[in-house]
Parts: sequence; C-alpha cells; structure tokens
Amino acid sequence: MQERVTRTHEEINSELLSFNLKAPMWYWGLVGFMGTLALGAAISFGIMLNRGMGVTGMNRPVMWGLFLTDFIFWIGISHAGVMLSAILRLSKAEWRRPATRAAEVLTVFSLMVAALHPVVHAGRPWRVIYWVFPYDFARGLWVNVRSPLVWDPAAIFTYLTGSTLFVIVALIPDIAVLRDRTRGVRHKIYRALALGWRGTPRQWKLQIVAGFLLSALLLPVFVSVHSIVSWDFAVNIGVEGWHATIFAPYFVIGAVHSGVSAVVTMMIVLRGMFKWDKYIRPEHLDSLGRLLIVIATAWLFFFFIEFTFALFSLESQEIALRDLQVFTWPFWPLFLAFIVLGYIFPVSMWLSRRVRRSIKWMLITSLAVNVGMWLERFLIIIPGLARKQPLTFDWGTYHPSIFEITIVVGAFGFVFFLLLMFAKVFPLIPLFDIKEGQTLADNIQVGRRSVPALRIEE
Amino acid sequence: MPQMLALFSDDQEAANATEALEQAGYGNDNFDILTDAPYPEGAFGERETKHKLYVFPFIGALLGLSVALLLTTATQIAYPLVTGGKPILSLPPMLIISYEGTMLGAIIFTVIGIFFESRVPNLRAGLYDPRITEGYVGITVDVAEDRLNAVEQLFRRAGAEDVLKEGS
Repeated sequence: MQERVTRTHEEINSELLSFNLKAPMWYWGLVGFMGTLALGAAISFGIMLNRGMGVTGMNRPVMWGLFLTDFIFWIGISHAGVMLSAILRLSKAEWRRPATRAAEVLTVFSLMVAALHPVVHAGRPWRVIYWVFPYDFARGLWVNVRSPLVWDPAAIFTYLTGSTLFVIVALIPDIAVLRDRTRGVRHKIYRALALGWRGTPRQWKLQIVAGFLLSALLLPVFVSVHSIVSWDFAVNIGVEGWHATIFAPYFVIGAVHSGVSAVVTMMIVLRGMFKWDKYIRPEHLDSLGRLLIVIATAWLFFFFIEFTFALFSLESQEIALRDLQVFTWPFWPLFLAFIVLGYIFPVSMWLSRRVRRSIKWMLITSLAVNVGMWLERFLIIIPGLARKQPLTFDWGTYHPSIFEITIVVGAFGFVFFLLLMFAKVFPLIPLFDIKEGQTLADNIQVGRRSVPALRIEE
Repeated sequence: MPQMLALFSDDQEAANATEALEQAGYGNDNFDILTDAPYPEGAFGERETKHKLYVFPFIGALLGLSVALLLTTATQIAYPLVTGGKPILSLPPMLIISYEGTMLGAIIFTVIGIFFESRVPNLRAGLYDPRITEGYVGITVDVAEDRLNAVEQLFRRAGAEDVLKEGS
C-alpha cells in the first residue's frame, strides 16, 4: 500500500517553494563549488584554444577521446526526461508526478552541455559554423548533408528546442504561484513570465492536452536523437566495433538505462537537500527500481547481441579489438568495472524490495550504473580507434591529458550548477501536478468504507 | 459591465454557487472558474472546452518538412559533389534531416497553438486574487450595476468567504 500524505494546497506551496523564496547559505557554497569546476573547464578550454589540440592526449589513431565519450554520456542522460515524463505521462502512471520536472530539466541541461562537447572537440570551435549552418552564399560553399556532422546538430537542436518548450509550457502555472507569493522586482519578473495565467478550466484543459501532445511528439525525437548519435559510429566503415547495424537501438536503450538512473540519483539528492521526503517517497524509488530492472536487462540483451555477432565473423581485426577491450591492460579492469557496475551489481540489488525502497542503496546503485555506462562509451570509442588500422605498427593508445580531465569534470560541475540555479528560480517539483494528484486521490464513500478515488496502490 | 470575483475555500460550495448562478440567469458564457490545479472537466458545471490544438502540429509538420526538403535539396544542388557515381541528391540523409525538420515544426507549432488556445499572454485578464493559488476556488462573473448586490448575496449564501468587485 502506498503511503499517502495529504497536504493542503497552501502547505504544498510553502514546502515546495520555500527554497525559491529563501535559499540557505549552504546552497550558495554549493553553487560556488560547482561554478568553480565549470570555470576550471573554461580555463582549460581557453588554454586549449591558445596552444592548440596538442595539449590533449588525442593523437593518431585515437583522434576521439574523453570529449566525445562525455558527449555520448550526456546525450544518454538527456533521455531521462522524455523517458520518465513522456512515457509515464502517456501511460498515466501516478508515481511520475514528483519526478517529471526534475527529469525534464535534467534533459535540457545535459543536452546543452552535451552539445558543447563536439564544439570543444573541434579545437577551432568557430569552424563548426561552416559545417552546420548553410550560410556561405558568397563563396557557394554549403554544408554536406550527407555527413553525420550535420545530422547530429539537426537532431540535438530539435530535441533541445522541444524539451525546453516542454519545460516552459508546464512551468507557467507554477510561475503564477510564484507571482502570487513574491513582491517587488521578483513579483514583476514572475508576473511577466506567468503570461497572465489565471487557471481557468480552458487553460487547465489545454495544459493537460499539451502535456500529452508534446510527450507524443517528443517520443519519436528522443528515439531519433540517440539513433543518429549512434550513426556517428555505425556509418563509419573504417573502425572495427563501430560498424554495427544494432548500434541505434543499443545506444537508445543504453541512454534510457543511464538517464533513468540519473533521475533516481537526482531525486534522492533533491530529497536530501530540500527535505522533500513527503513528496519523493520510497514507493517512487521502488517503482523506478522495478522499471530499471526491465530497462537494464533489455540493454544487456542488446549488448550481448552486439558483442556476440562481432565475434561471430571471426575477423582478425575484430578479435584484436575485443582482446584489447576485455583482456588487455589498462582496458580489462575498466571492462570488468563496466559490466559489474552497469548491470550485475545494481540489478542484483534491485531484485530486493528492501533495496528498492532504501534511499542509501538506490543512491549507490544508480550512481554505479552511470559510472558503468560512462565506461561503456569510453570502451566503445578508445579501443575501437586504437585498433583501427590492420597493421600492428599502426596501433596506438590514448592517455587523457589534465586539460581533458578538467573539462570533463567541469562539464559535470556545469550541469549541477545550472540545475542549482534553476532550482533557485523555479520549483523542481510541479506544484499543480502534485495538487492534481491529491485532488484525484481524495477519498470517496463506498458504502461504509472511505476509499481513494484514484487507485494509487502498488 | 463590472466584474465580480467570489472566493470559496470548498470546491463543493463553488460548484453549488455556479448552479445558483445558472438558476439566476447567468449561463456558462457569463462566468469563469479560477483554480490552482486541474479539476475533472465539468466539476463546477462548466461546459466542455472546445479547441483546435490538434490542427497546429499538422501545419507545423508540413512547414517543417517543406523547409527541410528545400534546405537539403538546395544545398546538394548548389554544391554538386558526385560520390562514387551516385545521384547528387542522396535520399537517406535527406530523410534524416527531413524527419527532424518535420518534428521541429510540429513541436514549435504545437506550443504556439497552446499559447493561442490558452489565451496567453493575457496581461489584462480582469479580477484575480492570490488566494486562488493557495487552494481557493474563484468564480468571476460579469454583472450589471443594478444586480451587483443580488449576485453578491447569492455568492455569500453559497458559502463564499470573500467577494471582490471591480474597482473596490
């Protein structure tokens, strides 16, 4: 049975907006720390621009390194929002309510940071404009639409625009609550942002229809984005281990696995930071844990197929690559860590109901998944390129430089910095969604029994 | 006509008030309900909302598809690069970009449609009270000057905690 906590609308407002209205001191310390990490990345990027790509560890044949590993990782995390918000909204899963906004916002910020990585990787970022935008009317030079370098920005731009609009549309009613609870300049800003929202039945109906409609439109985009990102690899016939037709679904399900795990991590962090234990409850984590078992096992199936069919051909280059990935130092411990952290440890833990309802264990297991999934992307990119050439004297390896590591760490800091800034200005749990859930779950009288109008048990 | 806003702390009382309004000759077009959360449609006796939101994504999708097709065709023709003797217009990449263009157009037009059909931005929307976002149900109604007191009494009898009049 789910633990229902009934709150008045006023209590919901004051509990979920207390942080927006007055942030504690530790918040600014955390913002400063995350901002410093992001600043460190910006400085490293500045040095890289000044001295050139030689400061990175990338060299022939490994010309893709941590930047693109991180790019794939953040694109994966960005799949959390649509997976949770859209699918659960369309399926009318009640337990989605406290998680949707945070998941959607995580999508937007991780996508923004993901899109920065190829620009950083380009070394001369201004040249990206030549590749992406069809603008050079004078010289008759145009972008090559046959290149994944154009497909990626097209997909990411569509997904980022859609996700951002999705967040904005659902934010308007909550901005109206902030408008009514602030004064002075903040009131004026929130009043402008609320666009004159009043909460008429027409506006609410459109808000609900919009949620469903945008979810239905974003779902195919979400599938296309990671498919297209996987084609950056799969259309490349020159690298063993990349040219696989299964890459699109394999990448999509991997992204969902890491994305939903990231949402679990974020929900637990939010619960701890903002004392939202009445809103993010063990049964929410329990439901997410069960969902993750299915997703993780589907992902394992695709991983198994990809690996098995690669070996099935018995090509010497493919075997050399797999030997490097699985048995050769320094990749074998990473491969072991990837399998254990990405699947064996978390899924075996999630089989226990007690673990799924434990805040501590769900935090540990969801973090483990993302460490594992980051390693997965690393193990696809680096060993593949290291064994790209058929002749052994052309084989190479890769050691990331301090500049690359700083930028990767800074990217994590930047995402959290943006999330913290958002949490200060807007509520990370949708107020109206929680209130609606409570209204629908109000008790009705059936004979002599009073039962919830909406069935929200497990 | 001046507007009047009645505030109810109980949604059942608000539903009773709309019924009383209808009996007093104020139809669905004369009053509006203001709440801080979605209620099941018709909870306050209001008429079903009609909208044309579903048309917007189709228009957007068509526009997006057209722009994407134009862009991919024009760029390939403007810089004709023959690759392996294949046709200049390469269909698989055109499909990818056209798909994204179609979806982008559909999403943008859906959001435009949401704003248009929700009647926002609307910065001169009439009487409002911040208590509505604290859980009160508000009923606004346009009332002729000579019936102001009668309608106020109607609201008070139905259980309104406060009744505000335009200009008061």
